Amino acid sequence: MTIRVPIVENILNANDHLAEQNRGRIDSAGVFSINIMASPGAGKTSLIEQTLPRLKDKLRVAVVDGDIATSIDADRAANAGAQAAIQVNTGGDCHLDAVMLRGALEQLDLTQFDLLIVENVGNLVCPASFKLGTHKSILIASIPEGDDKPYKYPGMYRGVDALVINKIDLLPYVPFKMDYFKHGVEVLNPGVLTFPLSAKTGEGMDAWVDWLIGQVKAM
Amino acid sequence: MHELAVTQSILDIALRHATQASAKKITSINIVIGEFASIVDDSVQFYWDLLADDTIAKGAQLCFERIAGEMTCTNCQHAFHPKDIDFACPNCGSQFVQITKGDEFRVDSIDVE
Repeated sequence: MTIRVPIVENILNANDHLAEQNRGRIDSAGVFSINIMASPGAGKTSLIEQTLPRLKDKLRVAVVDGDIATSIDADRAANAGAQAAIQVNTGGDCHLDAVMLRGALEQLDLTQFDLLIVENVGNLVCPASFKLGTHKSILIASIPEGDDKPYKYPGMYRGVDALVINKIDLLPYVPFKMDYFKHGVEVLNPGVLTFPLSAKTGEGMDAWVDWLIGQVKAM
Repeated sequence: MHELAVTQSILDIALRHATQASAKKITSINIVIGEFASIVDDSVQFYWDLLADDTIAKGAQLCFERIAGEMTCTNCQHAFHPKDIDFACPNCGSQFVQITKGDEFRVDSIDVE
């Protein structure tokens, strides 16, 4: 005889549960943490590279870098002044998940840091589904990607706490309708905190860095 | 895509509940997936055949209920399916719309013997 067993359980429940444990660990060390997501080439590592020197002597920063292979990103973060830089190679997975971050956290004495920056795998789809346990999710959009990305990747744009619009120095050179882009963002994530900047020229970096410092102080 | 991780999660959830119900066999799994949750049914089925092989869920049928995405205009309350690349309300043209359906991503129930 067949019996129906009602369940109604979110499929990623196990990951969410582990993410909560990660959060507990980060919270108990008094660290503020962010999860930076973006497509490949949007400037995740460049933003981190330009952020770290501006936090020098102000915050102690640990960076966890997720990538399918290589330690290029962690090396760049270490060279830019991260007190610790840990590379997580996902071995083909298209995103970091809570288990992978847990493994990285185990290598860190979190009490030695003020800020934890997690750089996710370059991807506008999968990272949005897997909570890590960080306090804030940050999406970097970049001008050359085009103004239609909110419409094409709604899941990513919906779930984030702040949006960095990188490479604004390229606005005069590429077709990018800012009003159209911002409308898509506004529908998906009304009132989301936005930082237009250029990691290359430094324009707009101060507002971003000040926000990070303010978030750390508020912990 | 991350269908492997998702399939493993579905299997874990199904086996846990089947054990609690003292079931000997899982015959089907009823999964609800919204349009905005990016999952490919065929890939989940492919991984399922591999992952469930030595479990009481071997051969279980995966039943996907797809929920279409829906947006609702906050101005005129009109509910509509978003066109590819324009989120404006087709009724009144308002730019103020909210997503009201399509995020579903859950195991609703399992059928067991």
